[in-house]
Amino acid sequence: MNITEKILARGAGKSSVSPDDVVFAKVDKVMMHDVSGPGVIKVFDKLQKQGISVDKLWDPTKVWVAEDHFVPSAEKVSAENIVKLSKFTKQYGIEKHFKYGMGQYGICHTISHEEAMVMPGDIYVGGDSHTNTTGALGAFACGLGHTDIAYVLLNGQIWFKVPETYYFKLNGKLPEHVMAKDLILKIIGEIGTDGGAYQTMQFGGSGIDEMSVESRLTMCNMTTEAGAKNGIVEPDQKVVDYLTQRGATNMNLVKGDDNAEYSKTFEFESSEMEPTVAKPFSPENICVVREAPSVELDKCYIGSCTGAKYEDLEAAARILKGRKVKIRTEILPAAISIYQRAMENGLLKIFLDAGATVGPPTCGACCGAHMGVLAKDEICISTTNRNFPGRMGHVESQTYLASPLVAAASAVTGKITDPRDL
Amino acid sequence: MKGNVIKYARDNIDTDVIIPGTYLKIHDYAELATHAMEGLDPDFHSKVKEGDFILSGKNFGCGSSREHAPIALSHSGIKAVLALSFARIFYRNAVDGAFLLPIEIEQDAYDGISEGDEISIDVSVNEIKNITKNQTYKMKPFSEIIGKIIAAGGLFKYKPDQD
Repeated sequence: MNITEKILARGAGKSSVSPDDVVFAKVDKVMMHDVSGPGVIKVFDKLQKQGISVDKLWDPTKVWVAEDHFVPSAEKVSAENIVKLSKFTKQYGIEKHFKYGMGQYGICHTISHEEAMVMPGDIYVGGDSHTNTTGALGAFACGLGHTDIAYVLLNGQIWFKVPETYYFKLNGKLPEHVMAKDLILKIIGEIGTDGGAYQTMQFGGSGIDEMSVESRLTMCNMTTEAGAKNGIVEPDQKVVDYLTQRGATNMNLVKGDDNAEYSKTFEFESSEMEPTVAKPFSPENICVVREAPSVELDKCYIGSCTGAKYEDLEAAARILKGRKVKIRTEILPAAISIYQRAMENGLLKIFLDAGATVGPPTCGACCGAHMGVLAKDEICISTTNRNFPGRMGHVESQTYLASPLVAAASAVTGKITDPRDL
Repeated sequence: MKGNVIKYARDNIDTDVIIPGTYLKIHDYAELATHAMEGLDPDFHSKVKEGDFILSGKNFGCGSSREHAPIALSHSGIKAVLALSFARIFYRNAVDGAFLLPIEIEQDAYDGISEGDEISIDVSVNEIKNITKNQTYKMKPFSEIIGKIIAAGGLFKYKPDQD
């Protein structure tokens, strides 16, 4: 069995599983946020009216809650959602609720690794499509909707069709000016936005061995954009060190068997990658930066679970140090812990000196919610993950998806810019 | 099930156009319905009728996991979405929450059915009839688990132990 099959087999209490088997698997961790949480509460209300008991959760210690999409509250409806969420976690005894304005908080997927909420080998489900992110720690991490999350909260298990696994062998270390974001955009460009639909996308090879955990998180994050059920990397010492630094102990590193089977194998020469962007209006609509259209950008957005981890901010700071931005530039660290490190290490000063604005952690404009959404015809270069029509605001705005290096370089010139050409 | 078709002849209709991100804070189902398909078709709300179907291409419902998407369509009156393929979270949200039927079709149905056609769907024999054009097409059968959850009326009513 491969790693995903092994994790699902354990969760299902079976000695082995194969692709297309349907299993009910026990869940180790479940997450919801200020959008999916109120949706789950609504499902609970419906169940109660149908006479189904919602008196207690299967295990509140395995549940954690993030406030991220609409914080700071955009207006009164989102403010009320936060209040509703707080009442829910209090009522059901959920202690791990990362609250805006009370120490550590941030985008749910960022909290999953910054706070070591998920361990290698876990079955982890979240009420958000980018839950795939956390598969970089060697867990089965999969996004679900409100009804499914409500089901998990009450029953501790959920059904899965065991996916087929596509194995992506990445050869060699990424060049200095290239980031994991460029590579995953390239992969999505090759296989398409349904190229991994319903399947596992597993990454391995020397390209992964050389990659930091945060870069692997970027890779797995965007498997969602290829339609994958989960993205995953077999855990190694880097993962152990990363999680240990964040307080984790007793890790159980599940890896695939030597004769693990993959339904398809792809090879990418990561050492030969070029800076890449995805043009409007799809993450698969890629080109190398040097062939990107010569558009006048209005805005640069460095934020989100995809592109505002510490490593991402460090990359942007390398470019922005001693330079000035030519377009509106917003930088939103993805969690308070990252914000704090960025402050301690002088990154925030570099950003402010460059003329950028630094905002609080939030999903914010990435999902068109608030805090910097785009106007009609505005063109943005963004370190986020989606550029569908209207994703970041007006349906006639445009978003180019890019790495933090490319986004920062483009902020300096006002045009889509290869960091080597600055 | 019988109704008229609203056709979007394109692939990759994502949840950001089915229900734009700014409405994710809303959990009133009727209010969500007033914004359904707003990112692609601002006239949708005024033209959709109870019992209508949506017909579209590949990878319908890709993107965000928002259950708001099948909710907004279902509370607009849409009983089924017919598509060449579906993104996974939209598909399971539609089924597990019993909001609407995601019907996978073949190219003949996609090409043969036009905007406004009256069709009937019989999932017991995996058949779609185009009443307007007097044509019949096959739908792809539901997998076993999906069929059972649909028959039960959603995940919460499905009892896996009784299998």
